[in-house]
Amino acid sequence: MAGKTLYDKLWDAHVVRVEDDGTALLYIDRHLVHEVTSPQAFEGLRLAGRDIWRKESIVAVPDHNVPTTTADRGNGTAGISDPIAKIQIETLNDNCDEFKLNEFHMDDIRQGIVHVIGPEQGATLPGMTVVCGDSHTSTHGAFGALAHGIGTSEVEHVMATNCLIQKKMKNMLISVDGKVGAGVTAKDIVLAIIGEIGTAGGTGYAIEFAGEAIQDLSMEGRMTVCNMAIEGGARAGMIAVDDTTIEYVKGRPYAPSDETWEKAVAAWQDLKSDSDAEFDAEIHIDAATIQPQVTWGTSPEMVLAIDANVPDPADESDPVKSKGIADALVYMGLEAGQPINEIKIDKAFIGSCTNSRIEDMREAAAIAKGNKVADNVKLAMVVPGSGLVKKQAEEEGLDQIFIDAGFEWREPGCSMCLAMNADRLEPQERCASTSNRNFEGRQGQAGRTHLLSPAMAAAAAIHGHFIDVRSIDVRTEGEA
Amino acid sequence: MEKFIVHKGVVAPLDRSNVDTDAIIPKQYLKSISRTGFGPTLFDDWRYVKAGEPGMDHSKREKRDDFVLNQPAYKNSSILLARENFGCGSSREHAVWALEDFGFRAVIAPSYADIFFNNSFKNGLLPIVLKEQEVDDLFKAVAENEGYELTVDLENQKVITPDNKEYTFDVDEFRKYCLLNGLDDIGLTLQHADEIRDYETRRQEQAPWLFA
Ligand code: SF4
Repeated sequence: MAGKTLYDKLWDAHVVRVEDDGTALLYIDRHLVHEVTSPQAFEGLRLAGRDIWRKESIVAVPDHNVPTTTADRGNGTAGISDPIAKIQIETLNDNCDEFKLNEFHMDDIRQGIVHVIGPEQGATLPGMTVVCGDSHTSTHGAFGALAHGIGTSEVEHVMATNCLIQKKMKNMLISVDGKVGAGVTAKDIVLAIIGEIGTAGGTGYAIEFAGEAIQDLSMEGRMTVCNMAIEGGARAGMIAVDDTTIEYVKGRPYAPSDETWEKAVAAWQDLKSDSDAEFDAEIHIDAATIQPQVTWGTSPEMVLAIDANVPDPADESDPVKSKGIADALVYMGLEAGQPINEIKIDKAFIGSCTNSRIEDMREAAAIAKGNKVADNVKLAMVVPGSGLVKKQAEEEGLDQIFIDAGFEWREPGCSMCLAMNADRLEPQERCASTSNRNFEGRQGQAGRTHLLSPAMAAAAAIHGHFIDVRSIDVRTEGEA
Repeated sequence: MEKFIVHKGVVAPLDRSNVDTDAIIPKQYLKSISRTGFGPTLFDDWRYVKAGEPGMDHSKREKRDDFVLNQPAYKNSSILLARENFGCGSSREHAVWALEDFGFRAVIAPSYADIFFNNSFKNGLLPIVLKEQEVDDLFKAVAENEGYELTVDLENQKVITPDNKEYTFDVDEFRKYCLLNGLDDIGLTLQHADEIRDYETRRQEQAPWLFA
């Protein structure tokens, strides 16, 4: 019999019971909760007179709606100027009080984007099942965990039972073989993967990312890759546990310590696919071929290398695809054949659960250092992923580098990733964004989003248009 | 949850692939803390000329006449016909609530994004997968016949056209059972509360750090 994949192992360890048709009750170890997808779930519990099954499994935090300007962040929720956002955050606070749940409030230094703070606190551990009412929960798979987004009905279900009703997904292996070139980051790797498999390529699968280029990544980079598994259609992305994982987890507030730590580390050694495991689908990508990536359209699969030209719908023989390209070009205000590195931007956004961790801040700061944001760029903003990331960046002087270069340095939250708060694009504005979705209207109605890495976003802000980071002389080499 | 047994209704054609949840319900409406009231803002950016905000009187907003749901023939449609990868993007269940609040009971498409697919069943919205060719045929039939209606028979897993042509579809047994009976998942799961507790006890011995 073939060995088990990492996903098989995680699945097997969490099955409480299985029906004849394969529908299983899967136990959930960690449930992350935020303000947008939880109010209706709490309401459902109240209406049915149910309590939370295991309160300690929940960590709650407001992130999607929180303002990111210092002015709006004083005074707790009283400072929030948008009355509806304020109600939603207050509702989360009230619900957590009522059900006695652990919440990091808006003014707590541990507050931040739910997918940044879970790992940061050690609330995400190898071998766990992690869910959250948010599709980018796949991020946590970077720890050798089974992590995926759920809808609000499932949020309520997990609250009431600590289980999910699930059928097993299929196994897909995506191996990025060899090493990436200089200037190519985790974001470029994952964008290139999505360009290859398409936005529905992973539908029905749990993806394991492997290969030398993945193993070489830091935990921050691995989280960036797993974060975007969902953009490739896979609810869950994951990476095997190794020393990098264990090193990251060690000493974090929710992580085990002393004897339990030793025991846990021993158990975590097995969190990898067996060498004879079989996958339902396998994709190999040569790392050396991956260039810095920029999306040009309205779906993450509409992505190209920085030195490419915007595609021409006339070159596509499939009529549905050709129309898709034509529609995207109209929406994005681009011409077929236009070189990507000549596209000018209006705004730059460095942040989101994809790229707002300390390493992302450093990567962008290295490009910004000693430079100035171009005149045609109306706003360049950096939004750290958590209060702790912000603090660390400030200790390293990164905030000052950004401010000197003309970037705004903000308070942590989702911000312009989905523009639920005041941070958004005006119609037709073009943004270089380190977030994960370039859908129509995602960053503001009729706004135009181009996804790229933090270094590439910073470079676009400085030059006013997209530019290959590898062609820039980075003055900070060797520092920070 | 409302039961789903047989449903007959007008089909609205939405001829786009990769319709994402941001398009189904834009984020400004996610600030609501309720499950209802999303119908008027379903497909908001496509339906109205200007961006809307929660709390507006949506009936007073200027509509885009060319958008399908604004056309009189589709005002009361209850079956949505769409292309591949419908519902991709975020996990927001608001997308399903918005479709239901508008009056949709079923969606027909060649494929769906996983989370959307799952959320639909939890709310009594039936996502039907038909073959690409069959979906194509239905788009043609809708274009040629005003007020085109289909009957969805969940028990027999069939979509039936006005001229009695039948398309069969697959549906997971468990999900079908829940829909036919309007059953609440949580109640079902809690019948196994003892097994969950046994699992927790076992697991806590092996991996105590998961319960700290
Ligand atoms: S940063 Fe963006 S993608 Fe991530 S959780 Fe927030 S809104 Fe979702």
